[in-house]
Amino acid sequence: MKPLAMILAMTLAATTANAQHDAASETAVVAGGVYRPLFPATPAEKEIAVHAFRMDRTPVTNAEFLVFVGAHPAWRRDRIPPVFAEPTYLAHWSAPDALGQAAPNQPVVNVSWFAARAYCGARGMRLPTEAEWELAASGQTREEIAALYAGPMVLRDVGQSRPNRAGLYDMHGLVWEWVSDFGNAVLAFGSGSDRLRFCGATGASASDATDFAAFQRVAFRSSLRASYVVRSLGFRCAGDV
Amino acid sequence: MRVHLAFSIVFGVTTAFAASSPIWLDHSERNPAEPAIVSAEQTDAPAVPSPIHRKKPTRVVVDIEVKEVVAPIAGDATYTFWTFGGHVPGQFIRVREGDTVELHLKNAPDNKMPHNIDLHAVTGPGGGAPRTFTAPGHQSVFTFEATRAGLFVYHCAAAPVGMHIANGMYGLILVEPKEGLPKVDREYYVMQGDFYTAGGYHEKGLQAFDMQKAIDEKPTYVLFNGAEGSLTGKNALHAKVGERVRLYVGNGGPNLVSSFHVIGEIFDRVYREGGTTPEENVQTTLIPAGGAAIVEFTARVPGEYAMVDHSIFRAFNKGAVGTLVVDGAPNPELYSEKSKDSPYFGSAAPAPAPSHDDDRAAAGARVFASTCAACHQAQAQGVPHVFPPLAGSDFLMADKERAIRIVLGGLNGHVTVNGQTFDSAMPSQAHLSDDEIADVLTYVRSSFGNSGDAVAAEEVTAKRAAGTPTVRAQ
Repeated sequence: MKPLAMILAMTLAATTANAQHDAASETAVVAGGVYRPLFPATPAEKEIAVHAFRMDRTPVTNAEFLVFVGAHPAWRRDRIPPVFAEPTYLAHWSAPDALGQAAPNQPVVNVSWFAARAYCGARGMRLPTEAEWELAASGQTREEIAALYAGPMVLRDVGQSRPNRAGLYDMHGLVWEWVSDFGNAVLAFGSGSDRLRFCGATGASASDATDFAAFQRVAFRSSLRASYVVRSLGFRCAGDV
Repeated sequence: MRVHLAFSIVFGVTTAFAASSPIWLDHSERNPAEPAIVSAEQTDAPAVPSPIHRKKPTRVVVDIEVKEVVAPIAGDATYTFWTFGGHVPGQFIRVREGDTVELHLKNAPDNKMPHNIDLHAVTGPGGGAPRTFTAPGHQSVFTFEATRAGLFVYHCAAAPVGMHIANGMYGLILVEPKEGLPKVDREYYVMQGDFYTAGGYHEKGLQAFDMQKAIDEKPTYVLFNGAEGSLTGKNALHAKVGERVRLYVGNGGPNLVSSFHVIGEIFDRVYREGGTTPEENVQTTLIPAGGAAIVEFTARVPGEYAMVDHSIFRAFNKGAVGTLVVDGAPNPELYSEKSKDSPYFGSAAPAPAPSHDDDRAAAGARVFASTCAACHQAQAQGVPHVFPPLAGSDFLMADKERAIRIVLGGLNGHVTVNGQTFDSAMPSQAHLSDDEIADVLTYVRSSFGNSGDAVAAEEVTAKRAAGTPTVRAQ
């Protein structure tokens, strides 16, 4: 049982650690509002009220994550338990404690949900909920967003896009981003419902069957498990106001 | 990796996790009592894997890597295709009725989207889609029994499903019947799909998917094998006269139904919708979106055959055309050369008999254009060594009576016209009326640099009464 105790300790330590630095200038306050999920979990959840919250203006970068791993070596790729991340965790870095060719200001990818959550916890923050993320990412037309999704993935430095109306950068078109409740079953290691796993007939039950960009995000999230790492998947942190 | 294994063994929690997930353990858990394993032969279109000669079903491994690629769609326009195996359509899979298919779906690490596969050859909810839903950089394994013979579509069914299909995620799987298909000389793989780009037809550059056009079912392109020109020019299909050709034709959609037709062929047999019982002597076969057909025909006449969606604007204006080139000897009994080409004036044609010479010449001009110009040419200049000139012709002007007899009876043998020798045959034009012959001779003898007197209908009547043998030149 000793290793299990270690995992619990890691999780608790990460969650309760003091914020490493003042993140106020790096975050923006997103006004509260109403989020209408593509697939409401229940009829009562057609509309979800979201309180105002703050959110990182940009996705977390390689350089930032390197600092975190230095301060919390349990999250190094050579020490993380496999239950917390797949073998390709941080595989784009040259070493467990060095970026090598990985650009410092590009978003960190190849990170699991557990690691992303721990990073935010170490800053006294948390991952945004799906409702928060979607609300924060709204404001562009679906055509604009779909165009940003078109074409192959190309990583570049964060903060190069125009900020959206909430003052956030790179919400669409750079990397996918973890949310705390992806697939709504994170404690069971994440598994989207079957209806999202084959969506031939699910348009009829969607709140808006024409929002293909939203479908793409929901489909992507539902394909994940919490230990998965993906080359196009990063994250940013959120916190209460 | 050793550390990882240690964790997996120690923890209850991880054991549960491992049991539900890691694909890489599947091979070690294979039941030795299961039949032998073969790897399926898979081919990119238009190639088709070889027929299967196995007498018994077996376990067949099909390996598909999903790749999101930028490639030309038409001219200088490119598109981000989502593909099974790197090309549109996906690789052709050929298995035998009764085979157990072990399908490995790999989602390339650089892909942006999760994908899955729904095979219409599968019996079970979702056709395998929920069992194969796979994030980028991951792989899934799923097994099914191919219980029914037929030609089946497979496609991605991840949300939004229409977009995954519109981006090219479809292909064909042939479940060959136990007894096999009749032997043919050529087999090809053709698959239609409709594409929706933000820019118009042939607009250059990387074209984004246009959601609204897709919802409105107004494609920019309708294509065979994923790109304009993928079955034309140097990419055309080939066969020889006498060969039997079998096309495996699928339609990925996502929206349009195909009216598949090969211009100039009648299909000997069509296994409509890829099913079991063929129909014979079919001109055009309907292929639904998400459906397929096997069509067979025999190449009998050499030349180029266009394969089209006979909803024909799609062929002419949206790219739905391919070419089959048939080489071999001509077969004029079945298909002749063009034997005649001449003007036709319809109901606006020549007027009643004119009363004086100018009118006769005008009427004669019409007869000339409709009857004579095809060989003697519009300006009566003839064709060197083939058709003698009438313009400035010493032979014509030397003998008016002979000219009448030639028109009535035709001419055979050597003639010398303006110093040049001709050796061909002119058929009798006795079907023309006496008035028409008088008119046309009057016209020709007073035009094209000739200067001669008029020919009267009575002169023609007299000659006709005397008989109209073919004139034998000396």
